[in-house]
Amino acid sequence: MKRDKALIFEMSRPGRVAYSLPESDVPECDAAADIPVHLLRRQPAALPEVYEVDVIRHYTELSRRNFGVDNGFYPLGSCTMKYNPKLNEEAARLAGFASIHPYQPEESIQGALELLYTLQQDLAELTGMDQMTLQPAAGAHGEWTGLMLIRAYHESRGEKRTKVIVPDSSHGTNPASATAAGFETITIPSNSKGLVDLDRLRAAAGPDTAALMLTNPNTLGLFEEQIVEIAAIVHEAGGLLYYDGANSNAIMGIARPGDMGFDVVHLNLHKTMSTPHGGGGPGAGPVGVKSRLIPFLPRPIVSRREDGTYYWDYDRPQSIGRVKAYYGNFGILVRAYAYIRSYGPEGLRRVSECAVLNANYMLKRLAPYFDVPYPGICKHEFVLSGRRLKAYGVRTLDVAKRLLDFGYHPPTIYFPLNVEECLMIEPTETESKETMDAFIDTMIRIVHEAQSDPQLLLDAPHTTVVKRLNETQAARKPVLNCTCG
Amino acid sequence: MNKHRYLPMTDEDQAEMLAAIGAGEVQDLFADIPAGVRYEGALRMSEAMSESELLQHMKELAGRNADAERYISFLGAGIYDHRIPVVIPHILSRSEFYTAYTPYQPEISQGELQAIFEFQSYMCELTGMKVANASMYDGATALAEAAALASAATGRSRILLSRTVHPEARAIVSTAAKGLGLEIVEVGYRNGVTDLTELENMAGDSAAAVLVQTPNFFGCIEDIEAIGRIVHDRGGLLVTSCNPLSLGLLEAPGNLGADVVVGDAQPLGIPASLGGPTCGFFAVSEALMRRMPGRIVGQTVDKEGKRGFVLTLQAREQHIRREKATSNICSNQALLALCASVYLSVMGKAGLQEVAEQNYRKARYTAGRVAAVPGLSLAFEAPFFNELVIKLPEGTAPDDLSAKLLQVGYIGGLNLGRDYPELAGHMLVAVTERRSKAEIDGFIREMGAGQ
Repeated sequence: MKRDKALIFEMSRPGRVAYSLPESDVPECDAAADIPVHLLRRQPAALPEVYEVDVIRHYTELSRRNFGVDNGFYPLGSCTMKYNPKLNEEAARLAGFASIHPYQPEESIQGALELLYTLQQDLAELTGMDQMTLQPAAGAHGEWTGLMLIRAYHESRGEKRTKVIVPDSSHGTNPASATAAGFETITIPSNSKGLVDLDRLRAAAGPDTAALMLTNPNTLGLFEEQIVEIAAIVHEAGGLLYYDGANSNAIMGIARPGDMGFDVVHLNLHKTMSTPHGGGGPGAGPVGVKSRLIPFLPRPIVSRREDGTYYWDYDRPQSIGRVKAYYGNFGILVRAYAYIRSYGPEGLRRVSECAVLNANYMLKRLAPYFDVPYPGICKHEFVLSGRRLKAYGVRTLDVAKRLLDFGYHPPTIYFPLNVEECLMIEPTETESKETMDAFIDTMIRIVHEAQSDPQLLLDAPHTTVVKRLNETQAARKPVLNCTCG
Repeated sequence: MNKHRYLPMTDEDQAEMLAAIGAGEVQDLFADIPAGVRYEGALRMSEAMSESELLQHMKELAGRNADAERYISFLGAGIYDHRIPVVIPHILSRSEFYTAYTPYQPEISQGELQAIFEFQSYMCELTGMKVANASMYDGATALAEAAALASAATGRSRILLSRTVHPEARAIVSTAAKGLGLEIVEVGYRNGVTDLTELENMAGDSAAAVLVQTPNFFGCIEDIEAIGRIVHDRGGLLVTSCNPLSLGLLEAPGNLGADVVVGDAQPLGIPASLGGPTCGFFAVSEALMRRMPGRIVGQTVDKEGKRGFVLTLQAREQHIRREKATSNICSNQALLALCASVYLSVMGKAGLQEVAEQNYRKARYTAGRVAAVPGLSLAFEAPFFNELVIKLPEGTAPDDLSAKLLQVGYIGGLNLGRDYPELAGHMLVAVTERRSKAEIDGFIREMGAGQ
């Protein structure tokens, strides 16, 4: 058995260094004569003492124990794990983007401001909204920002609306964001087609409704066909419509949330606009609004003067304030801008077409082997149920673990909550037919294995650096850092 | 557009796939979108460019910004111009890290999970706290989450917020407070640090926490031990935001009574990038562990007894608890947490002390130069770390001075007048280890010139 991979702390050997600083060229001074002694560090932090080769080998080894889109197919539903173009990485690293400071004089960052301004305009056009803020750092951050905007809008009209409606298929961040924005959440069940139940919505909507939060296509990969009726119900009750943009990859240039009746939209640039997920972040969650909500947008936004120069526009007296330090995740916005310009509007439409075509192809080919809770055409992703495998004592978790042995990242199996033994598959547009065919063949093989040799699945994965891990122990007796310090 | 370097779909693929689906054309797959909401127009957006055109365009945009490679920067105020060790971009370019999602499948994500576990360990070691999470969006939003945690933990809604905390962090706390129903009370400063007398007077018996930053926005070092005593005596929590690089010189807040320590890891090798993305950190005492927001990685074993790492304590989180979660956050800044970890691995025990010492020493040297130039003076006498507030000669507008400095190759300090009207005519200047004696001398000379 291979030994455990060492922690960097375990590699330390007193006296080794990996850093190189120039000699200080200013006179020495005694901190203890200046700073009260109780505020000075008594024990230096016990950081590891390693040399540069240790650092490189350690992190290279860690990277080899990780799996990204560049390693292989990653059909993780709801996450849009598309290819992360290398040009975007190169652009973000240019010193003129990476080494500029948020408080520099505006005249010294005109290139950055032009990029941000253009991105605001492009995203507004793509979503059919009137103005964007690029401040939010992530999808959930965008949701919360959007709900704070909705709150400010209702308050400005002297209305106290306390409730946010979400379907039971919604992302967990939707109700959590509602709570953080001071709203109460009303969850309504979906109908038998997996869509919003209009009667339930009518019953829930009323004078206390602040907003309905909706993902469209929804988390089952289905387009809410009655979106016009849904919008009418919410608007007639005096509420607003919030669009969770997690699934925007299905509809770029094909349908716009703004035209469907949505008042506030967020986009996940780390999904739709190809910026890398980074192992959990950083992302970006810009928010777009219809004109009646523009006065409440976080400040500043980027504006353009008549002479063609750009500036930070702080003069927004009704703004909800700030939601993020500085101007959002600029490095991510640079990548998203480069992505948009690598496709242009027609290319983005083709992206969505291919994403949807790929998903429908996979659905069609996999349908005979699984239950399809909501048959018909899907958008960019679809949900299967693996419940028939339970007869062999196999869960979708086991299918997912077996997929690891074949070099795939498994589909989403924890979500949505309203499908038993779900498998949520999102191929994205950047995967070829051969890649999908090979994955489908593997899935079929695993279904056969489940019938003939279920233990193979229950013991999976067999080929990874660790086997299944004891999550109960991790939660019951938390070890959250090493005590080598 | 039917051919694109990121799109593999050929006409033949498309025909085969449509046939398999039983659809005539791609548009059939969008039949569920009502005609009334289908977009039929031509989007007025930026047009497509080829790879070489686009790279040229990006370089042109970047070239119109004054970057800290071409200019000598004395600007800080939360984002600092430190040396970035050469190995960092190499490690961060490993696409196994940057193209991965949140590590939901631990068996193929041990690299990321271990990297986060090590980040948590680093943050605990630096801050002197028992537990740290996998990271937050940035230091400012982490502070707002800390206010929410303090309120939930104490059952109180009154938050004392020092005016020496970064103005943007205060603004974010205020925005968040509206949603959470918190009352924010700002505490003034005296001689560059939180006014302890005012704090005592305002503390009352119902404060959930006091939020302070050290080194504070002015660069001055706060006596967080004394502040902690005041708030602890009244049953509240001490929430400290700190610069992690300063902890090579300054005492760990955990050893001075902090209950929650947050901050921004930007000084640890993260590029300035117009202020984002950076990486917030969040560390707490053991008692507050299950109230922490965000992702947490824990150590465990696999079924053969081998050490491994998983996301844990998920019962706090939105995907399980929905509206009852401790926070709505679901991402973390994993790639930049990795960056901070690599930085700390490179610097090690001796390097972090030395770099902190150099920052301090160069700021002190700068202060000495300021005192020698007629018309310039230091605004405060409180000890500082790597940043200082300089009072400009009467009649000198900081923005005009910055414009002039830019012309001679310097990015000047921050005009404090916008956020602190009483400090109009003052500039906040940061001096990191990157600045040489000659650069400091030249900069101060330019600041004093033209009197």
